[in-house]
Amino acid sequence: MKNPLDSISGTIVSGLVLTVILYVFAINFLR
Amino acid sequence: MELILIRSLHIVAGIAWIGLLYYFNLVQTPGLAAAKADGTAAGITKHIAPRALLWFRWAAVVTWLAGAIYLERGNIGFLNAFLLQGAAAPIGLGAWLGTIMLFNVWVVIWPAQKKVLGLVPADDAEKAGAARRAFLASRTNTMLSIPLIFFMVAGPHGLPKVF
Repeated sequence: MKNPLDSISGTIVSGLVLTVILYVFAINFLR
Repeated sequence: MELILIRSLHIVAGIAWIGLLYYFNLVQTPGLAAAKADGTAAGITKHIAPRALLWFRWAAVVTWLAGAIYLERGNIGFLNAFLLQGAAAPIGLGAWLGTIMLFNVWVVIWPAQKKVLGLVPADDAEKAGAARRAFLASRTNTMLSIPLIFFMVAGPHGLPKVF
């Protein structure tokens, strides 16, 4: 499997996915 | 007044840090590959990259320190943020991401770049390994900068529930 960090677009998509995951974590478990 | 200055320093140094991170990823890395192909890379590796790395790594330190001081002197609390307590949780997530990124800068990227740029002795195999390590750490930081900025901005403005 290709490393998504090898491309700028893969890096941005990975960052957006991580943002959503952390957001859901923060909303549901940190309040 | 003191808090405004510290917060401003945190923001300006953060722009310098992340701005240079984006410069490395969007401009220098692809530019250097093209320059190597036509034999003009020396100008970048000798004159541009060391200066960019100097501002990059020290801007990271200033950003983190100013952020840490702001957390403690403001009404958030350094420990509250890093322990993700209550209202400090969003900015705390940002603080953790920034701390991981600072670690990447000083423990992975800078030592690897010193080998790549010939500032410390390394053979060709070591340089190739260091270049890949620096590249992936730099890309990791670019990826982390997206949630970092989200939570840094979300912190003072609350974290609205959209799902």
